[in-house]
Amino acid sequence: MAESTALPAEPTTALAIETRKLNLWYGTFQALFDVDLEIKQGIITSLIGPSGCGKSTFLRSVNRINERLGYVRTTGSIEVLGFDVYAENVEPVQVRKQVGMVFQRPNPLPLSIRDNVLFGYRTHQERGKRLSRSAADEIVESSLRQVLLWDQVKDRLDRPAVGLALEEQQKLCIARLLPVKPSVLLMDEPCSALDPKGTEAVEELIWELRGQYTILIVTHNMAQASRASDECIFMLLGKVIEHSQTAEMFVTPKCQETADYIEGRYG
Amino acid sequence: MFEATELNLQNQRRERLFRTLFLAMTLLLILPVVVILAMLVYKGGPMISMDFLLTEPTNGMTAGGILPAFVGTIWLVVVALIASVPIGIAAALYLSEYAPDNWLTRAINLAVINLAGVPSIVHALFGVGAFVIFFRFGTSILAASLTLAVMALPVVIVSTREALQAVPQAFREACWSMGATRWQTIRKVVLPNSLSGILTGVILEVSRTAGETAPIMFTGAAFFLPFLPETVWDQTMALSLHLFVISTQVPEVPEALPYGVALVLISLVLSMNAVSIAFRVYLRGKKKW
Repeated sequence: MAESTALPAEPTTALAIETRKLNLWYGTFQALFDVDLEIKQGIITSLIGPSGCGKSTFLRSVNRINERLGYVRTTGSIEVLGFDVYAENVEPVQVRKQVGMVFQRPNPLPLSIRDNVLFGYRTHQERGKRLSRSAADEIVESSLRQVLLWDQVKDRLDRPAVGLALEEQQKLCIARLLPVKPSVLLMDEPCSALDPKGTEAVEELIWELRGQYTILIVTHNMAQASRASDECIFMLLGKVIEHSQTAEMFVTPKCQETADYIEGRYG
Repeated sequence: MFEATELNLQNQRRERLFRTLFLAMTLLLILPVVVILAMLVYKGGPMISMDFLLTEPTNGMTAGGILPAFVGTIWLVVVALIASVPIGIAAALYLSEYAPDNWLTRAINLAVINLAGVPSIVHALFGVGAFVIFFRFGTSILAASLTLAVMALPVVIVSTREALQAVPQAFREACWSMGATRWQTIRKVVLPNSLSGILTGVILEVSRTAGETAPIMFTGAAFFLPFLPETVWDQTMALSLHLFVISTQVPEVPEALPYGVALVLISLVLSMNAVSIAFRVYLRGKKKW
């Protein structure tokens, strides 16, 4: 496990995600209040805060998956790589190609391991074009190698993905995002369904992907946030309370609420 | 220290009582089915022969076989399936996968459920008005099958929708988050994983349509018509109506004959069910979660 003191793979100041005055309502319930955030490219940013504080909601508005619920209303803007994803001419499918998502419970599709990895790629493939067997093999291998899963599964690519161990399933869920070359990976408590060993393996993988992707990770696990992220955002009741370097936040938090939360006084 | 107390014993007695009660109710429930089947096999069994299946009724329907009714029932069921299954599945897909959760959707759902409770004789009259007269299909297989289809639609819709909703939401989210549209999600993940459940609905529909009498008796089923239908515009005999006719309308029918017809009808339904169930088991074996 790399230490959070390690230098970013590619020091950068460019922004991957920038929100301005983001407000969000589920029906009449307001879940986000004037969220202004600047999330830097290529690093791991963790989102912490008590249950119901809007972390997941925020995550789910970045790839616009929230609106599938039908009763969600959003105001303000979210820019991904400088483009407002809520602008009128935006196709959500293109947003989701650029912004991959990993869920709390590993949710591999009820298909083979191979078809899981290729699913997203095929979804975005032009109609009528067929992926040659060798090109597909190449995509599957490189994606699985990137998530450190290739050696375990290379002999059973045609077996159902649901038969994998939970930790392997979660890695597969990350692997299937990679073939469409996303720039941002959103992870919604990716380790909370895993045992400590699985957690460690997936954290290790996330750290491995750092630099190539901008990673935004929601977590309930303070230790995880402190050891496996570069920057940290603390949210409370739909508002951003503090956003700073992880090392700084965990040693000298600026706000009293942050300090209280980190020390476990509520959550 | 771990001996049963008086309270434990009381609870145990109560436990046994309810267990026995529920078991008795279950047995009571299957009793009629067993009795019906036994009676049919015992009394109608001797009637069954190749001749019985492959010849026309003779002597004012007091003798001979049941070929036109047998073939007619198959026609009616198949045409009704062709009409109702695609519509039912499409409607269920809309309601389950596309429809927003608003008052209109809820109203449609309610209507579908209520439609399932409409008595079949009402469907029959509707069929006469709509298909026989308004659409000028006349009394024909088409009109009768469409009437059956309308009657069976709610069953197909409700069971299909339930099968679709049994597919975990997590799969849909996974697909959507990768940029799949609803249709891509349905085609690649939702439908393949709900086929076995959808088939259950179709099985139910087959059983129900094959046995219905009222909806077809004014719309396309004939009292006595010793020819095989050739197109959907023909009238036809049907097993269910034939059974009704020889049991109540025709004098001096030998006692075994209605039992024989009933046995054939039940066997037809059960064998269609068996095929679908075998298919379901096969599909379930392929399920990947």
